Amino acid sequence: MDNLFILLLIPVLGAIALAFVRQPRAAKQLALLVSLISVAATIPFLVNFVPDASMQFEQRFAWIPALGINFHIGIDGISLPLVLLTNGLIPLIILSAFSYEYKGGLYALVLFMQAGLLLVFTALDAFAFYVGWEVALIPIYFICALWGGENRIRVNIKFFIYTFFGSLLMLVAIIYLHVQVPSGDYELSSFYQLALDASTQRWIFWAFFIAFAIKMPIFPFHTWQPDTYTEAPTAGTMLLAAIMLKMGVYGLIRWLIPIAPLGVAAYGQLALVLCIIGVVYASIIAFKQNDAKRLIAYSSIGHVGLIGAGVFAWNVQGLQGAIIQMVNHGISVLGLFFVADILIRRLGTRDLAAMGGIAKSAPALAIMFLTIVMGAIGLPVTNGFVGEFLLLIGIYQYGIWYAVFGGLTIILAAVYLLRMYQKVMLGEPNAQTSGFADVSGTEWIVLAVVVVLVIGIGVYPKPLLGISEAAVTELINKVSLVK
Amino acid sequence: MIDLIWLIPLLPLVGFLLNGLGRNVLSKPLVGLLGSGVVLASFLLSCGVFAEVYTARQAGEPAVFIQSVFEWIAAGSLEVSLSFLVDPLSAIMLLIVTGIGFLIHVYSIGYMKHDAGFAKFFAFLNLFVFFMLVLVLGSNYAVMFIGWEGVGLCSYLLIGFWFKNKEFASAGKKAFVMNRIGDLSFLIAVFLIFNTFGTLEFTGVFPQAAGMAMGDTTLLLVTLLLFVAATGKSAQIPLFTWLPDAMAGPTPVSALIHAATMVTAGIYMIARSNILFTLSPVTLQIVAAIGICTALLAAAIAITQNDIKKVLAYSTVSQLGYMFLGLGVGAFTGAFFHVITHAFFKALLFLGAGSVIHAMGDEQDMRHMGGLKKHLPITYVTMLVATIAIAGIPPLSGFFSKDEILAHAFSANKLLWVLGFVGALFTAFYMFRLLSLTFFGKFRGTTEQADHLHESPASMTVPLIILAVLSAVGGLLNVPSALGGGQALANFLSPVFADSAAVTGPFHLDHSTEYVLMAVSAVGAIVMAVVAYRQYAVKGTVPKADDAPRGVLAKLSYHKFYVDELYDTLVVRPLNALSVFFYRIVDRAGIDGLVNGLGKRVGESAQGIRLLQNGNVGSYIFMMVIAAVLILAFGVFNG
Repeated sequence: MDNLFILLLIPVLGAIALAFVRQPRAAKQLALLVSLISVAATIPFLVNFVPDASMQFEQRFAWIPALGINFHIGIDGISLPLVLLTNGLIPLIILSAFSYEYKGGLYALVLFMQAGLLLVFTALDAFAFYVGWEVALIPIYFICALWGGENRIRVNIKFFIYTFFGSLLMLVAIIYLHVQVPSGDYELSSFYQLALDASTQRWIFWAFFIAFAIKMPIFPFHTWQPDTYTEAPTAGTMLLAAIMLKMGVYGLIRWLIPIAPLGVAAYGQLALVLCIIGVVYASIIAFKQNDAKRLIAYSSIGHVGLIGAGVFAWNVQGLQGAIIQMVNHGISVLGLFFVADILIRRLGTRDLAAMGGIAKSAPALAIMFLTIVMGAIGLPVTNGFVGEFLLLIGIYQYGIWYAVFGGLTIILAAVYLLRMYQKVMLGEPNAQTSGFADVSGTEWIVLAVVVVLVIGIGVYPKPLLGISEAAVTELINKVSLVK
Repeated sequence: MIDLIWLIPLLPLVGFLLNGLGRNVLSKPLVGLLGSGVVLASFLLSCGVFAEVYTARQAGEPAVFIQSVFEWIAAGSLEVSLSFLVDPLSAIMLLIVTGIGFLIHVYSIGYMKHDAGFAKFFAFLNLFVFFMLVLVLGSNYAVMFIGWEGVGLCSYLLIGFWFKNKEFASAGKKAFVMNRIGDLSFLIAVFLIFNTFGTLEFTGVFPQAAGMAMGDTTLLLVTLLLFVAATGKSAQIPLFTWLPDAMAGPTPVSALIHAATMVTAGIYMIARSNILFTLSPVTLQIVAAIGICTALLAAAIAITQNDIKKVLAYSTVSQLGYMFLGLGVGAFTGAFFHVITHAFFKALLFLGAGSVIHAMGDEQDMRHMGGLKKHLPITYVTMLVATIAIAGIPPLSGFFSKDEILAHAFSANKLLWVLGFVGALFTAFYMFRLLSLTFFGKFRGTTEQADHLHESPASMTVPLIILAVLSAVGGLLNVPSALGGGQALANFLSPVFADSAAVTGPFHLDHSTEYVLMAVSAVGAIVMAVVAYRQYAVKGTVPKADDAPRGVLAKLSYHKFYVDELYDTLVVRPLNALSVFFYRIVDRAGIDGLVNGLGKRVGESAQGIRLLQNGNVGSYIFMMVIAAVLILAFGVFNG
């Protein structure tokens, strides 16, 4: 029961079936069922995974032999957390859409995207990786275009062109690398073995880096993100923020750095500085945002910047921190956007100034929201602390000042998230918020799962860290960056 | 008992969960019983643990017990386990936290009786005790940091407990954010410690540090960072302004968190890390300087404040300053001694103030009080004891602990002693001013308030009485040898400070000098007490209205030296302006404008793509999925 190909196929089949479902109720049930089957199908991988550095559950067959393209997928300690994240969060994203009457189309796109994400996180062939990359992009484009807010068309075109531009750069790099491979394939392992000279590695660095930096996004490639997160329907925002941006971070770890270590040696510090600038810059912008979704969007740029910096610090703590924080950020940002969705749905506005005093009539929402906020600002015994602690200790070993500036997130995130919490929950209720209904039904399930994960990972992160420890150590040993 | 250390913090956590989850179901008496009961159980366990530590110490052992619970975070060479350390220092802190914590829980049953958030209050209070115990028991800097930040969270929750009031909620946020500035410093120190010593365990770090040279640069950096962390948590210059605002919380919170326990965490942490500081004389000088400056600044503010809790808040800041002065001059035992006695009398003062506020129907302005002596006799007597104790008048506890700090200060630097003495004069003055304005003279409140005046119920007065006894006799813990005492506390704690003592050598001051110092400070305190009493009790002077004209100094003091306004102008406003600038100018107009400019060109040259949006999207999705499947299938059949 641990055939990786089947794991990827489940959401595809589900998507095909859902494309024909017009009745919202049936669509909800079917989508949830498929996503839960995916969760169940993931369990054997978790159970049978051997926590060493090896590639496991490999599936490999010739895809387009004439071009040397293989459908080659597999899981190791670095991809498993992201597979778990993807398959674990999709049911929550589907549940969070239950408050709307979507037809099967939306759910079909969500599941289709899930397949693309899984392919990205498991691909061991550059072509398969690229296909997954694009397959993940197209559904989210339609989700935003069809169910987004007023400005969705304008915003969406920008998003699409932006990321597509990055993809093209990456494609050029992949084709170039493919041409260099003596055996004429697209295998990741073949790419790793290429002995490219330094100047080649430098432009390869930029081709991959821009693609990944746009996806995450890293400052200054980020301006599509606040608009898109704000205009997208919440299910789309969650897909983008909780899972899709991890494609970029994963790409850095799996593709960019091992393939072009000399390029990283040349520009890694610059990349790290950009990441840190993003942390401070986006956090300061978040100070004064009054749009609930836009505030979370900017906070996400800040948090992802720290993850990127941890990756470029390239040591065990930084990389372990980046991997666990990808999971943590996914959980927290999903929770934050879901709370924002509850607020927006009930109040009909994203404006924080119109809120206040909600804790009085919705104590359960207030408690769970505060827990998620504490996770996002990295309070110990929440998941965010474990990630930030490892990231910062890794960044510290790269250079103390990077850790000091990156560490400002500890203060800045507290400023803007507690401000948001206060504006929403505390103070006297106004006419609109006085009868605010507390969480109910599926809202309860989604938030409770998020809260349990926030605390659970914070108190006992060891199992999660244990998954990637060996693979990360091996990768660091194998790829040393000359500073 | 030692095997049960883990239960000590766990019990309050269970109390938090039960009261938190059952807050709508459980009855108020049950909530109060549960909330106090778990802390009492922790206290009894702590007594057992303390007894074992004490026995071991009597047998001449260092009495260090470590209990590992599970491995928490591991990555590469970094291994952090969730483990607890009990030694003489933490054993005493356990007693303070659970003992005073229990009394304040009992007090809260009466004080919060009519509050709608009764169960929530006890849940938060239990959670605080849990985190405070983790802070105290942590066997490494990371676990200590769990408690360190956790108590900050509880402080935030409890300051903003009555969150419908916007200012209260903001006070909570301010406390949290200012503490976080210190916390970042703590984290960086932790990283530096890990990089230097390869471990975060106290038992691994300190022996290595003890072998390092005096004035080592790394130690200097570590200690400076740790001290900045301490200025946040323990409200010292420049991060002290959150503590007076924290008085927005219910009064038992002020007593427990913002007087007796949490705010002393910085002193505890430095005392714990004493060897690092002893080897960094520059840091110690800074600690002493900041300590004495804070002590004087806060005392100078306290003398003109009219809100009873504000006076006590600034008094706390000031007394914490004394503790840092003690640390700075190497009087680790003295500083910790003052932590203990201060926990007794300051908790008592806050609870007494709470009793007064309770009787006055939530009035906190002393200008509307007066003559409460006869209406609240127990509150009056117990607060009198605490006032004498904090003023440093012998033979009550504060005299001994303050004397020990001042004696060390004297031998380190005469100027420090003079300044410390001046601060002590202020202390005696503002405390007797508070006592006189509250309990003496004529009642100045409304007739409605006058009819309502009553002594508090037993659940509130019994804790007052117990704390009064402790405040009175607490000094016996460490009577100096000059007065024929055995220095019991110093002997008990000696293994904790052994490495430092080996570096600095024994402290010695002539008995005759010590007598003179004691006499001077005792007489000074008594004189100031009399001055304040004559002014506010005998003459019945009532402080001026808020907007009455004041002299320059009085105005500065009354307006807290405008420190909040200064921070607002220098930090808060510029940051907010920067936020708007970054968003509007840099992000929207700058970077995004550039991107849009580029995008427009692309868009114009690719009008055809627009057709994409006009078709039937459903069919597009369907086709897309089918196409992807076909590509996959193509592979399967070819493979």
